[in-house]
Amino acid sequence: MNQLQNFTKGILKENPILVLVLGTCPTLATTTSSLNGIGMGIATTFVLVGSNVAISLLAKVIPDKVRIPAFIIVIASFVTIVDLVMQAYVPDLYKTLGIFIPLIVVNCIVLGRAEAFASKNSVWSSFIDGLGMGLGFTIALGILGAFREIVGSGAIFGHKFIKGDGILVFILAPGAFIALGYLIALANKVKKT
Amino acid sequence: MAKTESTFKNMALSLTLIALVSSALLGFVYEITKEPIALSNFNKKLNAIKQVVPEFSNNPNDEMFRLPTGEGDSLDIYPAKKDDIIVGYAVNTYTSKGFSGNISLMAGFKPDGTIINISVLEQKETPGLGTKMVEPQFKDQFNDKNPGEFDLEVKKDGGQVDAITAATISSRAFCDAIKRAYNTLQKGGMK
Repeated sequence: MNQLQNFTKGILKENPILVLVLGTCPTLATTTSSLNGIGMGIATTFVLVGSNVAISLLAKVIPDKVRIPAFIIVIASFVTIVDLVMQAYVPDLYKTLGIFIPLIVVNCIVLGRAEAFASKNSVWSSFIDGLGMGLGFTIALGILGAFREIVGSGAIFGHKFIKGDGILVFILAPGAFIALGYLIALANKVKKT
Repeated sequence: MAKTESTFKNMALSLTLIALVSSALLGFVYEITKEPIALSNFNKKLNAIKQVVPEFSNNPNDEMFRLPTGEGDSLDIYPAKKDDIIVGYAVNTYTSKGFSGNISLMAGFKPDGTIINISVLEQKETPGLGTKMVEPQFKDQFNDKNPGEFDLEVKKDGGQVDAITAATISSRAFCDAIKRAYNTLQKGGMK
């Protein structure tokens, strides 16, 4: 597999949300607007790239039996760094995403990539894998967020284009499930053709 | 390099090392971000104070004092002074009666107890329903009202407050927070 395939597989073929269906908790909870979705995606991408690189470097040194706790420490450190940096430099975004940032630690995508990819591949491949997966995650969250924002509150990137409310259910949790379901169906259709 | 074997010594050693390096890194990042975080929190608070009291020339944050609510805790009061005359109090008040979690407000009062303006600091209400409390349509109905004569209850409960449609609990919580601020100020003898 060359590096280009390695990079693009995360976007559609192995998209973490639409195909692997990993990390749906933050996906459903944070995508009430397009900006929130993209912000969450970028934060997760940073953690993914960082932990993938660190773990592929450490993979040989870490004994097999303690690899999961070791991975979690590495991931948790990166998440805390993101948490502090966001709090310091983008307080507005932190206000809306705040409670979900620490949850990136237990996001299955991050640990999943560490276990399934980074611990078995070179540093460079792991870096590309993290970037591709993160991008796929960000795109999926962005689309989901934009859809829910347009339908649910009649706005896009915070700019309202209708008066009053949209279809409220799409801002609430059930709407997240409905939208995600259709998005996965659509991705399956695209993948087959 | 061969893969490290899972002996007891190797496991303990590698975990300790990883934990050590991680904590050193975190301590470093914490030191760098400490000041910007404090600054952004401070600015947020100061902006909220500016919104809810008239123009002032002192530094309300330096003259902040606490008044007991009578419920076992206290509220932060920021006095706003212009030329040493008190023009208003900004009260950082809260309620635990919100629909999901605590709501934190900054409420501005004139020295006679009349509400000047209210700013929502923190809320986690239902998007599209309870979150409307931040919109002027709801929160501005309290402006220029004196809780001494203005009944701080939603109309459903026999009061004078227009509740947000489909978010009566959030509206009640909002009133509860303002009542707490007003009562605390009155009890503290701030006339």
